[in-house]
Amino acid sequence: MSDVVLTNVGIAYESDVVVSGLDLSISSGEWLALIGPNGAGKTTILRAIARLVAYEGEIRIGEQAVSALNGRELARQVAMVMQEPHMPDGMSVAQYVLLGRSPHLTYFGKEARRDQRIVSDILERLSLQAMAARPLDHLSGGERQRAAIARALAQQAPILLIDEPTSSLDVGRQQEVLELIDALRAEQGLTVIAAMHDLTLAGQYADRLALLVGGKLVALGPPAEVLTEPAIASHYHAHVQVISLNGSGRAVVPVRSHPSEVTP
Amino acid sequence: MLILGRRFARPARRPAALLQGLPYLPWVWAGAGFVALAGAAVLGVLVGPVHIGLGTVVQSFLAPIPWLHMTAIDPGQASILWSLRIPRVVLGAIVGAMLAAAGAAYQGVFRNPLADPYLLGAAAGANLGATLAIAFAPGSTLIGVNVVPLAGFAGAGLAVAGAYALGQTVTGLRNTTGLILAGVAIAAFFNAVQTYVQQAQTSNIRQVYSWILGRLVTAGWDGVLLVLPYVVLSIAVIVLYRRLLDALSVGDEEVTSLGISARRVRLIVVVAATLGTAAVVAIAGTIAFVGIIIPHTVRLLVGRSYRVVIPLSLLFGAAFLMLADTAARTVAAPAELPIGVITAFVGAPFFIVVMRSTRAAAL
Repeated sequence: MSDVVLTNVGIAYESDVVVSGLDLSISSGEWLALIGPNGAGKTTILRAIARLVAYEGEIRIGEQAVSALNGRELARQVAMVMQEPHMPDGMSVAQYVLLGRSPHLTYFGKEARRDQRIVSDILERLSLQAMAARPLDHLSGGERQRAAIARALAQQAPILLIDEPTSSLDVGRQQEVLELIDALRAEQGLTVIAAMHDLTLAGQYADRLALLVGGKLVALGPPAEVLTEPAIASHYHAHVQVISLNGSGRAVVPVRSHPSEVTP
Repeated sequence: MLILGRRFARPARRPAALLQGLPYLPWVWAGAGFVALAGAAVLGVLVGPVHIGLGTVVQSFLAPIPWLHMTAIDPGQASILWSLRIPRVVLGAIVGAMLAAAGAAYQGVFRNPLADPYLLGAAAGANLGATLAIAFAPGSTLIGVNVVPLAGFAGAGLAVAGAYALGQTVTGLRNTTGLILAGVAIAAFFNAVQTYVQQAQTSNIRQVYSWILGRLVTAGWDGVLLVLPYVVLSIAVIVLYRRLLDALSVGDEEVTSLGISARRVRLIVVVAATLGTAAVVAIAGTIAFVGIIIPHTVRLLVGRSYRVVIPLSLLFGAAFLMLADTAARTVAAPAELPIGVITAFVGAPFFIVVMRSTRAAAL
């Protein structure tokens, strides 16, 4: 089982407390979106699950504490897509995605044919096959995001952490990437934990939303419960209109509180 | 015709690569590297104040094989060949391969194109060690080995260990900037002490300068045997870690999320590269520029993956230094030029030509 359970997790950068007293449980196959205003600690929580930052309390994956796993074992359980992945100039898409096989290789090891086949299948699934040999610096924003997701998938980890999957993408590419993640989740039974800025997208793709403010969890539940006009007004200091979409989905539309008169 | 057609239609035994775009070592370049290596070696063996023809060299190689019944060559020529020229050529190859591979490894580990094997103070340490030995213990030996290379080796190791320890206390190795700055500080300090000792002991100044600018000793096979174990170990680690050097290019944080400890890779590669560098510096002095121009020339001409850069740097580094040494001992014969003068004098313009004629963006 690959449930992710955070118990009384606290994270501080030197003396600045970023996250405190966080209890959160994500079940296998679920899509949980971490939402909240800037500086709420969304990215930091993802980094703690991937053990890229020190934390207090406990984070468990299934029966195992994250702190008890070695680096390669953890990377076989958890794959992370950074908000702005560093893509070395000149490196080809194929080589970049093949790096995702690292957790399955020893330090002295070399990728086998099996690793190449896995990467080849992933590239095909993500429609990147034709650009396997292309240097990363020749890709568009959407293609880069797909390459970053492909590298994470190559890790074959059951848990996918994604930091702002749609930042710097146009609306079409945003939908494309989120639909892709959702389809992969269904196909491979992935657990998705994503830090999401866009409440409308979070309200449509995630099963549950965790609203964080100042490093504390203030609301947790399906979009219909968490995305309410009063909650957003109080935590984001924003005037919005929440629109109900197909079932539990919610769209959050910013509304000007005092529209200035338009002169013809 | 039909049978023939069917035979041709049969799929190739080895299917084409599953994945396109993976870095591979082009056979043409590997071949060119071996040709350069062989050519430089032959030239190095043939060129010298005493004329020894190619036929004589071949005869000297084949004479010990009993069933060929070849006559041995003149003992005087054999002595020049086997005690002077061949060991010197071999030493040149070892030093060149080591410095080029260590330079490439340092550039990968620090993700910094300006990194060379001396980045963390290896040269300053070696220079100080050797200067102290030349100034205060001239001509003395330790366990039968001249004390100057031993002091150089110890100085290089000490400087890099000091820089590493200092860098670790400053930034905890979270980033490489602290480490590089620590190396700069250590190098500046060691250079200051070295300059002071050199100024205070002007009687040895020529010897010190000659050491600093680098030269390949003509001490038979002793030098080769002295450095070989360190160089073999160092190069083996660098070659085995070439995949991880590529992985490091995505940055410390992302590489950690792939289950690779950037710190561990950095420590192991730095220790290995420093060990080899300290050994060759101890025997050949601080030969400049090889660790920078050879890996960058390979990057510009062939590709940036360390799976390409490391093996080709070994081949072309070895060839380049053998040629530079041949030039160093013939250009101003009978005097010998410091090899560091040749590597920079020829290497710098060559590198500028390569940079201008290729895509400099590939750097």
